[in-house]
Amino acid sequence: MRWIWIDRFEEFEPGKRARAVRNLSHAEDHFADHFPGWPVMPASLMIEGLAQTGGILVGEANDFREKVVLAKVVRATFHREMMPGETLHYDVELQHMAPEGASVAGRVFVDGELVGEAEIFFAHLDQSRSKQMFGDHNFVFSGQLKHMLDMARKVIKPAEATPASA
Amino acid sequence: MPTQEEIFKKVSATLVEALNVDEDEISPSSTLNGDLGAESIDFLDIVFRLEREFGIKIPRNELFPEAIFQGDADFVKDGKVTPKGLQELREKMPFADLSSFEKNPEATDLSELFTVDLIARYIAGKLQAK
Repeated sequence: MRWIWIDRFEEFEPGKRARAVRNLSHAEDHFADHFPGWPVMPASLMIEGLAQTGGILVGEANDFREKVVLAKVVRATFHREMMPGETLHYDVELQHMAPEGASVAGRVFVDGELVGEAEIFFAHLDQSRSKQMFGDHNFVFSGQLKHMLDMARKVIKPAEATPASA
Repeated sequence: MPTQEEIFKKVSATLVEALNVDEDEISPSSTLNGDLGAESIDFLDIVFRLEREFGIKIPRNELFPEAIFQGDADFVKDGKVTPKGLQELREKMPFADLSSFEKNPEATDLSELFTVDLIARYIAGKLQAK
């Protein structure tokens, strides 16, 4: 399964903020069960989308050397239900960055309307310990997730803030 | 320089946000781990918030010295903190109130030193030094 819950980046300011878009399609399997006859985007998957947007923002700030893992959702509020056919924009700002981890403030917009907010905390998995467990390979930014950023570099016009290294 | 009470209020507000506890659950003697349910990742969250709230820099291991007693036989013997360990605590955590801990220095009770009052005293020291 492809565990990617953002479609592409629209904006990316390294070390500051990022904005990703997510189109909700009725063809997604989870809409069949959540809920039968009333397809609603699960809030947990929107938190995942914010965390992927924020996780790449945090990872990029350290050149993807750290294993960035979601450690804590401090709070999350959703103001209404989101349905297939809607386009979500995940807007994430880096709040705090330290060697041990980082925190971001995330907001979800549909057509400029604020529909959700979450504060997410990431930990940098302890290098020595994660090396014992997982080896040198950075499993967080192995392929799919990092590829999102490469795609962003191709899609976003240079004038609209692309990663500095692009 | 804010008063001790102002500092305590701000520290409480910070803990309300970081730990999702009610303000009336928090008293100066509340322990972060036992009373307020803080887990290890919360300590980092709390440090971030305190830095923002008070405009200070909290170096790693200063407020919550993780490694202080890890595997050091000079500091802990038979589950008790040794006199040398207590000396180390006084030096590394001058802001901690060790008076009752010293009477029966069980290593497992170390986490009870981390109270709301301890944070407030640490912050006061940092602000004074600023």
